[in-house]
Amino acid sequence: MPTIVTGNCKGCRFTDCVTVCPVACFHGDAEMLYIDNNVCIDCGACIPTCPVKAIYEEGDLPDDQRMWIVINAERAPTLPNITDKEAALPGAEARKAELGF
Amino acid sequence: MFERLPAPYGLVRYGVAPDHPKLKEPIRVYEGIARNPQFRLLGNVTVGRDVSVDELRAAYHAVLFCSGAETDRRLGIPGEDLPGSHTATEFVGWYNGHPDYRDRQFDLGQEVAVIIGQGNVAIDVCRILAKTVDELKHTDIAQQALDCLAESRIREIHLIGRRGPAQAKFTTKEFRELGELAECDAVVDPADLELNPESRAELEERSGSVAKKNMEVLGGLAGRTSRGVRRRVFLRFRLSPVELRGDGRVAEVVLERNRLEGKPQQQTARGTGQRITQACGLLFRSIGYKGVAIPGVPFDARQGVFPSREGRIVDDAGVLIPGLYASGWIKRGPTGIIGTNRADSLATVTSLLADVASLDTGPKPGADGVGALVSGHGPRVVTFADWLVIDRAEVERGAPKGKPREKFTRLEEMLRLVEPLS
Repeated sequence: MPTIVTGNCKGCRFTDCVTVCPVACFHGDAEMLYIDNNVCIDCGACIPTCPVKAIYEEGDLPDDQRMWIVINAERAPTLPNITDKEAALPGAEARKAELGF
Repeated sequence: MFERLPAPYGLVRYGVAPDHPKLKEPIRVYEGIARNPQFRLLGNVTVGRDVSVDELRAAYHAVLFCSGAETDRRLGIPGEDLPGSHTATEFVGWYNGHPDYRDRQFDLGQEVAVIIGQGNVAIDVCRILAKTVDELKHTDIAQQALDCLAESRIREIHLIGRRGPAQAKFTTKEFRELGELAECDAVVDPADLELNPESRAELEERSGSVAKKNMEVLGGLAGRTSRGVRRRVFLRFRLSPVELRGDGRVAEVVLERNRLEGKPQQQTARGTGQRITQACGLLFRSIGYKGVAIPGVPFDARQGVFPSREGRIVDDAGVLIPGLYASGWIKRGPTGIIGTNRADSLATVTSLLADVASLDTGPKPGADGVGALVSGHGPRVVTFADWLVIDRAEVERGAPKGKPREKFTRLEEMLRLVEPLS
């Protein structure tokens, strides 16, 4: 069952998730991260690390977020691998508050 | 990297359940690290026996311990050592082909197994007991274990938790699997799912999201009807074992009913005095794990860890010991999963790199010095190249059976492959 990064990451990009990933399956563009599910082992370690709860196991994905399954699958393999924590995007804290976290 | 077995990878090889092959994928990442020419494996070498910590400190500028939590906590109740009462560690080691445990005997002719504890290890033990041979035969489970499990007469498995379902430590995924087994029904008593106000409050907090999901899965199981299959696993809550009884071997476990006391997030289980007797032909305890001391390193015997600050090992008085570091379960205790320990190792290595300038900067011989020391009086050192020979042989042995590998479970078998018999 894939693990999926959803839209809450967009505009935040806290990247705490990459520090716990034992298989380095996160990839990113300027806006957000995506999981390469050919590499992810579904261990779930990243899910609780996200300050804005952007990451879900597929089974727990809310219905209005299901399009992210395809987006992760398409984009992750084409983007650079992110393995070290990076600075969050400017405005990430404000967005986090806006998202209710 | 020093490893007491000829095979590297520790818990990923010998702890992760064989029917969770994806969780063994980090091995590929480790292989990548091991191929770095700066890396040396010194396998089949026991630190504290074949080489002392002082010798390591003389050979290296820094020593980092990642020795994990190797032993089980005891229940501390009468009858605990009756035949038929085991640690989960032994059983996990047995089915995973760990040389220390491959010869253990478990009486699978019994019909009722009781597991004390509800963490992920307890669930692994439960699942391996509950699965059919068909569900396991294409995994890397040790063949001798699979052969014994094929003869298993276990019909009931009771998974006993001290606190309530809202406090259970298993992850939802592990636990969902128990509801998806071919020949085993998961049974939950709806009465066990009634929560006190404090537990309901815990579920509503942000940190309660896993517990909330667990409660949903449990609720689903409680509503199921029996399929009449071969086995049943009973998930039971608010019970603590107080005594194991039996004539010459365990036959029953006396359980005391608990109630929860305390504020939300701080609830503890308190015995009510009400006791029930549960038939039990086989018992496994899985109530926590502790690290083991290594001579020459401070050890907190109560927590079973090497005391440290930000990964730097400190002595009993809290004074830093230069050049000694810890990471993983020997540093934090047995919490978190593989990924959690990756973040933990990053933190420790960050401390180490920050200390580089202040460490003893004199020349040190490194692995060459220690290798000579060990081979002078100790075992054959297994290098990474040696391991790859063993690894390949295991994979070849497994292929005809449709298994990803058939592990060698005796040290001699592994060493014979890398060392021509003289």
